[in-house]
Amino acid sequence: MALKAALFVPCYVDAFFPEVAIATLELLERFGVEVAYPLDQTCCGQPMANSGCHGDAAGAEALFVRNFAGFDHIVSPSGSCIHHVREHLTAIPQTDEVMQVRQRSFELVEFLHDVLGVREFPWAEFPHTVGLHNGCSSLRALRTASMSELNEAPFSKPMTLLSAVKGIRFAQPRRPDECCGFGGTFSVFEEPVSARMGQDKVQDHLGAGADYIVSADMSCLMHQKGCAERLGLPLKFIHIAQVLNGASA
Amino acid sequence: MKPVDHAEASSHFIQASDHIEFHDRRLWDLRTKRDRETATIPEWEQLRTLASQIKEHTLSHLADYLEQFERQAQANGVTVHWARDAAEHNQVVHDILAARGARTLVKSKSMLTDECEMRPFLEQRGIAVIETDLGERIQQLDDEPPSHIVVPAVHKLRSDVAEVFARTLGTDPANSDVHYLAESQRQTTRPHFLQADAGMTGANFAVAETGAIVVCTNEGNADLSVHLPKVYIASVGIEKIIPRTEHLGVFVRMLSRSALGSPITQMTSHFRVPRPGTEMHVVLVDNGRAERLGMADFWTSLKCIRCGACMNTCPVYRRSGGLSYGATYSGPIGVIIDPTYNLRKYSALPFASTLNGSCTAVCPVRIDIHDQIFKWRKVIAERNALPFAKRQAMKMGGKLLASPRLFRAAVEAAGAGVEYLPRVMLYSRLNAWGKQREVPAAPAMTFRQWYLKHRGRP
Repeated sequence: MALKAALFVPCYVDAFFPEVAIATLELLERFGVEVAYPLDQTCCGQPMANSGCHGDAAGAEALFVRNFAGFDHIVSPSGSCIHHVREHLTAIPQTDEVMQVRQRSFELVEFLHDVLGVREFPWAEFPHTVGLHNGCSSLRALRTASMSELNEAPFSKPMTLLSAVKGIRFAQPRRPDECCGFGGTFSVFEEPVSARMGQDKVQDHLGAGADYIVSADMSCLMHQKGCAERLGLPLKFIHIAQVLNGASA
Repeated sequence: MKPVDHAEASSHFIQASDHIEFHDRRLWDLRTKRDRETATIPEWEQLRTLASQIKEHTLSHLADYLEQFERQAQANGVTVHWARDAAEHNQVVHDILAARGARTLVKSKSMLTDECEMRPFLEQRGIAVIETDLGERIQQLDDEPPSHIVVPAVHKLRSDVAEVFARTLGTDPANSDVHYLAESQRQTTRPHFLQADAGMTGANFAVAETGAIVVCTNEGNADLSVHLPKVYIASVGIEKIIPRTEHLGVFVRMLSRSALGSPITQMTSHFRVPRPGTEMHVVLVDNGRAERLGMADFWTSLKCIRCGACMNTCPVYRRSGGLSYGATYSGPIGVIIDPTYNLRKYSALPFASTLNGSCTAVCPVRIDIHDQIFKWRKVIAERNALPFAKRQAMKMGGKLLASPRLFRAAVEAAGAGVEYLPRVMLYSRLNAWGKQREVPAAPAMTFRQWYLKHRGRP
C-alpha cells in the first residue's frame, strides 16, 4: 500500500521558490508516496512565536493543524518550520489532534532518510562542487547531522543522501556548522550582524571551492543568496530536494 | 530607561573591519582549541551531565550548603559576610577597608564586582582599586568595562593596547610588541601589589565541606593579591558553592578546556585559612540570584561556571563584541541573565540571537541557553517590552497567516512575492533586508498556482 503524506510548503517557499516545492513533490512521488497538498495552508506560526508573540502565532498554528490533521505524515522542505511544529507549536490547546500533527511532521531529509529509508537516486546527476549548508534547526534541533560542538561519532543524513548523486563533489568549508545569520526576523531586526554572518558564510564556501551551496533549508539559502549576489560572488544556490530530484544546474 | 540597542551598537563594531576580523578569528580559535581539547576526553559528554547534576543538586539545596560553607569558613578563622544586593556588597567591602584605614586595594578578576559596580563606589570614597589581571587592567586604564568574561580586552588589537598604555603608563606608543606591553603592565603593577593595604579576588568555586575559595587564573595575580596584603576579601556569588572538594575533579577539568581550550589554568589556588597575622573575609552575595532561583524557566542559568564557551562559539557575539550588549554579562549567557536585573533595559538582548543552539551544545554544565533565549522573548512580549514596530509587524503577520484568504491575496497580488515579504520587513528598520542583500526575484507563479494548474482536479 502506498505511503501517504501531506506536503507543507512554507509561506516563503510558496511565494519565492515554487521550484523547491515542485521538486519536493516530484521526489516524493518518485518513491511512490501519495502526496496531498492541502490548499488552505499558510504558515506554521514560527515568525510570531520566535518573536515572543505566541498569541499572534495561535491563528496560524490552529490553521496549520486544521490543514494537516489526519495525515500519517506531514513533510516539508524546511528544517526550521518542522522544528517549530514539533517543539514549539504550543500557542493553542494541546489536544490529541494537535499532538498527533506535531509528532507526524517531518523535514524532507529525515523523511527520506529515516521514514522511507531511501539511499539511491539513480536519476540524479549533479556534476558540480557543492558546499553543504545545514540549517541550525536541522543540525542542532532535528539532529540530521552530528555537530562539531559535541564529542560524538560523525554522521550526516543530507550528506548520505547527496553522496548517491552522480558526479557530485563536496567542498569543505572551514566552519561547516556556523550559523549563516538568517534567523527569521533576526535578519531584519539585527541586520548588521545578520548580513555580516551571511557574507562570512558565503565567503567560507567560496574559499573552499564551492560552485553551489546546497541546503535543506531554503530560508538560509535565500539569505545567503541575497548576500552573495550583492557582493557579486560567483556562487549558486539550490535546495537539496532539487538536486535529489535530478536538477542538473 | 531606554533599552540597550544591540543592533545599533553592533553596526559600529562591524564598521571597524580590522577589529571585527580579529575578534571573530581570535574567539573562533578558542572554540577550535576547545573542540580539540574536549575530543581528548572520551567521557566529555558524561562529564557535562555530571557537572550539570552536581550544580542542580547544589542549587536545589543551596541554603544548606551556604550555611555549611559559612560554618566551615568560620571554623577556619574566616569572617563571613552576607550581602543581599550590590549596595550591601559594596558597603560591606568598604566597611572592612575603612575600619582598617586601607587606601589601596589590589584585585584579581571578578565579574561579580563589576556587576556590583564596586570600583566606582570605592574610588568615590577615596580608595584606589587596581585591577591586576592583564586584560582587566587594560580595560580599567581605558575606562571601559570588560567585553568578555574570560578575555576582557579581546576586542582590542595590540595597537589599541599600545595606545592605552602609552597614554596611561607612559610606554612607547610605537611599540606594540606583546611581550613589551605585557612586561610594562607587569612592572607597573608590581609596586601596587607590594604597597597595597588589601587584596581581593572573586571565586570560581566555594567548597561547602572545607570553606575553601578556589580561584583559577593564568597570571598568578590572584595569588599576589591574596598573599601580599594583610587583608584579603573574596567576593562570591551564592551560586558558586559546590558541596565537596572532590567535585572540583569535575569542574576543574572542564573550566579551562571550555574557556580557552587549555587542559587547566596555570594556577588553581585554594584559599582556606588566613595566614598568621592577616585577615580573610568572604562576602556571599545574592544580588538577584535567589529570585532567579525561583524562576521555573530560568533558574538553571545559575549553573553557569563563567567559562565563556558560549560567547566564543556565538556567531552573533563574535560579530558584535561584548560591549554592544551594554551589560556586565554579554553573549548567550548574558542575554538570559541580564533581563533578570532589568527587563526593560535589556529587552532587546534575547533577540540578539539566531537561536542556532551552538551555545547550548558547548555549555559544560548543560544550560539550555538557546531555549531560555526563546522563553525570554515570550516574557518580554507579555510584559509589553517589545519595540512598537515589531509588535505591530507580528500582530499583522499573525492575522495574515491565520487567514488563507488574506494570505493568498497578499502573496498572489500583482508583484506577488516581492510585495509580501518586504512589506513585513518595512515595519522594522527601513527596508533592512535590502541594505546588504538582494531581494529574491518574484517567480511567474506561486507553488499553489502551479499546483492548481498542473495537478488541480479537472
